[in-house]
Amino acid sequence: MQRRNTQVEMPKQDPKERIRNFNEVAKGYTSEMAVEEAHRCLNCKNPQCRKGCPVEIDIPAFIKLIKEKKFGEAIRKIKEKNALPAICGRVCPQEEQCQKFCVLGLKGESVAIGRLERFAADFERENGIINVEKYGSDGGRVAVIGSGPASLTVAAELAKLGHRVEVFESLHTAGGVLMYGIPEFRLPKAIVQSEVEYVKKLGVLFHLDATIGKLTTIRELFESGFDAVFIGSGAGLPSFLQIPGENLNGVYSANEFLIRTNLMKAYLFPRYDTPIKVGKIVAVVGGGNVAMDAARSALRLGAEKVYIIYRRSKEELPARLEEVENAEEEGIIFMLLTNPIRFIGDERGNLKVMECIKMELGEPDESGRRRPVPIKGSEFKMDVDTAIIAIGQTPNPLIQRSTEGLKTTKWNTIIVEEETCQTSIEGVYAGGDVVSGAATVISAMGAGKKAAKAIHEFVMKKRLKSGT
Amino acid sequence: MYRIVEKIKLTPTDKMLVIEAPEAARKAKPGQFAVLRISEKGERIPITIAGVDPDKGTVVIVFAEVGKTSKDLGKLGVGDYILNFAAPLGNPLNIKNYGTVLCVGGGVFVGALLFLIKALRQAGNEIVTIIGARNSEHLIFLDDAEKLSDELYISTDDGSRGYKGLEFLKELLNKRKFDHVFTIGSTSMQRLVSELTHPYSIPTTVNLFPIMVDATGMCGACRVIVGGATKFACVDGPDFDGHKVDFDQLISRMRFYNPQEKIAMVYHYKEVA
Ligand SMILES: Cc1cc2nc3c(=O)[nH]c(=O)nc-3n(C[C@H](O)[C@H](O)[C@H](O)COP(=O)(O)OP(=O)(O)OC[C@H]3O[C@@H](n4cnc5c(N)ncnc54)[C@H](O)[C@@H]3O)c2cc1C
Ligand SMILES: Cc1cc2nc3c(=O)[nH]c(=O)nc-3n(C[C@H](O)[C@H](O)[C@H](O)COP(=O)(O)OP(=O)(O)OC[C@H]3O[C@@H](n4cnc5c(N)ncnc54)[C@H](O)[C@@H]3O)c2cc1C
Ligand code: SF4
Ligand code: SF4
Ligand code: FES
Repeated sequence: MQRRNTQVEMPKQDPKERIRNFNEVAKGYTSEMAVEEAHRCLNCKNPQCRKGCPVEIDIPAFIKLIKEKKFGEAIRKIKEKNALPAICGRVCPQEEQCQKFCVLGLKGESVAIGRLERFAADFERENGIINVEKYGSDGGRVAVIGSGPASLTVAAELAKLGHRVEVFESLHTAGGVLMYGIPEFRLPKAIVQSEVEYVKKLGVLFHLDATIGKLTTIRELFESGFDAVFIGSGAGLPSFLQIPGENLNGVYSANEFLIRTNLMKAYLFPRYDTPIKVGKIVAVVGGGNVAMDAARSALRLGAEKVYIIYRRSKEELPARLEEVENAEEEGIIFMLLTNPIRFIGDERGNLKVMECIKMELGEPDESGRRRPVPIKGSEFKMDVDTAIIAIGQTPNPLIQRSTEGLKTTKWNTIIVEEETCQTSIEGVYAGGDVVSGAATVISAMGAGKKAAKAIHEFVMKKRLKSGT
Repeated sequence: MYRIVEKIKLTPTDKMLVIEAPEAARKAKPGQFAVLRISEKGERIPITIAGVDPDKGTVVIVFAEVGKTSKDLGKLGVGDYILNFAAPLGNPLNIKNYGTVLCVGGGVFVGALLFLIKALRQAGNEIVTIIGARNSEHLIFLDDAEKLSDELYISTDDGSRGYKGLEFLKELLNKRKFDHVFTIGSTSMQRLVSELTHPYSIPTTVNLFPIMVDATGMCGACRVIVGGATKFACVDGPDFDGHKVDFDQLISRMRFYNPQEKIAMVYHYKEVA
C-alpha cells in the first residue's frame, strides 16, 4: 500500500444535517480506512508518540496490529494500558498529546492515533468480543467516590488486581462528565455505558444515588470495613461571572444547560420529562470545550443564532481545534475580545439584553497568556434570550466540607502527593479534576492509574501487617 | 430501586408514601430532602423528608400532585418501586434548645414540619404551631400536630376553618415572645411569615424550593439571593434566614418552566389516552 502524506479523513455528518440532530458528528473509520491510516506509521524504534500519552499506550504496537488487520489483538494491546479507549479515541486532545510528538508531524501530518484507537475500540464493541481479564484475587476492599474517568480507571485497575471495589456515585447514572457534560453528538452515551458495563463485568459494584458527605462519610466508609478510599468527585461546581443580572431567567450555567440536555435528555422533551428553554438568540460566554459543547447543543435545540463570547483572541481559545472548526462549520458566530458586563431583564425577570465591552490584549499574566483589558467607552448592547456561562468549574464541595483533616487549596482542590495521589489522610487517595481542577479525561485516567498502583501497595501492606 | 411499603391518601391531591431506603433512613434529619426519579425518562424532583424509621429502614414523604411527575408518583401503590431515591440531600436544620419556637407549616409541608417539631421537642423547646392550608379539606395531620405542640393554631386561606389567612399572626407576635421561627410551606406563605416577623427581629428560618436539577451543587439552577449573595439552595440550604432572602427573584425563577410543564402534561395525557 502506498504511504500517504496526509491523514485519512474521517467521514463526518454534513453540517447542514447535523445541526438538526444529536447523532454523532464524526462517523469513524471503516476497516479499509483504518488499515490505510495504519500504514502511515513508521513503527519507530524509539516512538516519540508514547511520551505524549498520559497512560503510555504502546502506540506503534497497536497500530502495527491494525495494519495486519488483527483488530481484536489491537484492542487488547490498547486495553493493557487504557480501560476506556472508545472514549479517549473520541475526546482526547490528541493534537496536544500523542499526535503532537509523532515524528511524521514534524514535516507533515502526524498519524491519526486517536482515530485508530477509536476504530479498534468500536470494532471490539460492535463485534461483541469484549474479554475480561483479571490477574489477581484476594485483595482488600476499596471504596471509590464518583464514577468519572478517574474513578472508573481506579475501579477497573484494582478489580483486575483482585480487590473488591465499590463505587459510590451521587447521580442516577455512572460516568461523570462523560454522561452529564460531553454531548451525545461528540460522545454517544451508549458507548460510555458499555465502558461502564465492562468495569461492572470486572466485578465492581456500583451504588448510585449515593452522595458521600450526606449519605455516608469517608470515616464511616472505613468503619464499615473498607481498607482504602479513592476520591474522584471531579470539578462540577460552576463559576459565574459575578455581574449584575446573572440570576435572571434565561441565564444558565453551562453545567445546568448540559445536564438538562445530556443526562436528562431534554432534547427529547416531551418524550423525556425534563424541559429546557432555549431562546432564538443565545450567547455562550467562554472559549473552552465546555463553551463549544453548550453552543453546539443550543443550535441543535433550535436556536437561530448562537454566539461564542470570549474575552481573548482566537489563538487563546482553550477548546480543541477540531471542536472550534466543527462549531464554525455549523455556523456558530465567534465574538472575540468581548466580555459581558451586565445582563438586563424585562419586568418578569426574563433575560432580554446583554451589555458587553470590547477587550484588547495587554501584558502576559501568570498563566503566560496576554491579559485581556477592557477598552474604555466600547460598551455595547445586544439582544439575547439565553445566556450560558461557561467560564470554568471548581471542585464539587461536599466531600471537602464533610471530611475532617482533608487538606485542600484555596480553590478547594484536594492536595495530594504527586507520586501516589495520597491525600493528607492515610488510606485516602484522590485524583482527576478534584485534584487538578478542570482538566482532561485522559489526565484523570492517568491519575487514576497512579492512584490504583499506590492503593494496591497500601492495601496489600496493610493486610500483610494485620495477617488477613 | 426503592419499594413503596405504605401509601396514604391525605386529601384528594396530597399523598403520603413510606419508602424503603435503609441507609437514608439512618441518616436523614429534619430539613433534608430526597431527589427521586420514577422512570428512565423521568425528571429528578426534590421532596422534603417528612419522617424516618431507622429500625424499619423507611423514609416518609408527603407530596401534592401538581404536575406530570408528582401525578405519576401519586399513581404508584404499595409494592411498586421508585427507580431512584437519592437521600438525604441538603443541610439538616439546626436543632437545639431555643426556648419558645413558633413553627408555621402550610399544605403538604405540614408533614415535614412535624418531623422538625418532634426533634425540637426532644431538644426541650416549647412549641407553638400554626398549620395552614388553602381550605379545610387540605388541612392534614391535625391530630399529630395537636399532640406534638404546646399550642396549636389553624388557618385557612378561605377561612373555612380556623383563622382566615395569617393576619392573626401579627397579634400573636404582639402578645408573645418567640425565640425562633421555623416556616415551611408555599413560597408566598414563607415570605409573608418572614415579613411579619421582621419588625420583631425574631430569627426566622425558611425552607426554599427553587427549581433543582442535580441537587448536589453542580448546576446552579437552584440559585437564590440571600443577603445580596448568590447561594445554591441544594448545598448551601435549603434553609435560609427568611429576612435576607430575595423572594421576588425566587418566585420569578420558580415560574420559568411553567409553559414547558404544561406541554409535558398535555403530551402525557395524549399518550395515556
Ligand atoms: C462539557 C465538557 C466537555 C469536555 N470535553 C472534554 C474533551 O473533549 N476532552 C477531554 O479530555 N476532556 C473534556 N472535558 C473534561 C473532562 O470531562 C474531565 O476532565 C474529566 O471528566 C474529569 O474526570 P473525573 O473522573 O475527575 O471527574 P468527573 O468526570 O467530573 O466525575 C466526577 C463524578 O463524581 C460524582 N460526585 C461528585 N461529588 C460526589 C459525592 N460527594 N459523592 C458521590 N459522587 C460524587 C459526580 O456526580 C460525577 O459523576 C470536558 C468537560 C466538560 C464539562
Ligand atoms: C428542596 C425541595 C423540597 C421540596 N419538597 C416538597 C415536598 O415535600 N412535597 C411536595 O409536594 N413538593 C415538594 N417540592 C416541590 C416539588 O419538587 C415539585 O412540586 C415537583 O418538582 C413538581 O414536579 P411536577 O412534574 O409534578 O410538576 P411540574 O408541572 O413540573 O411543576 C410544578 C411546579 O413545581 C416546581 N418544580 C418543577 N420542577 C421542579 C424541580 N425540578 N425542582 C423543584 N421544583 C420544581 C415549579 O415551581 C413548578 O411551577 C420541593 C421542592 C424542593 C426544591
Ligand atoms: S489515550 Fe489519548 S493520548 Fe493516549 S494514545 Fe489515545 S488518544 Fe493519544
Ligand atoms: S511517532 Fe508516529 S510514526 Fe512513530 S510510532 Fe508513533 S505514531 Fe508511528
Ligand atoms: S440543583 Fe444543581 S446546584 Fe443546586
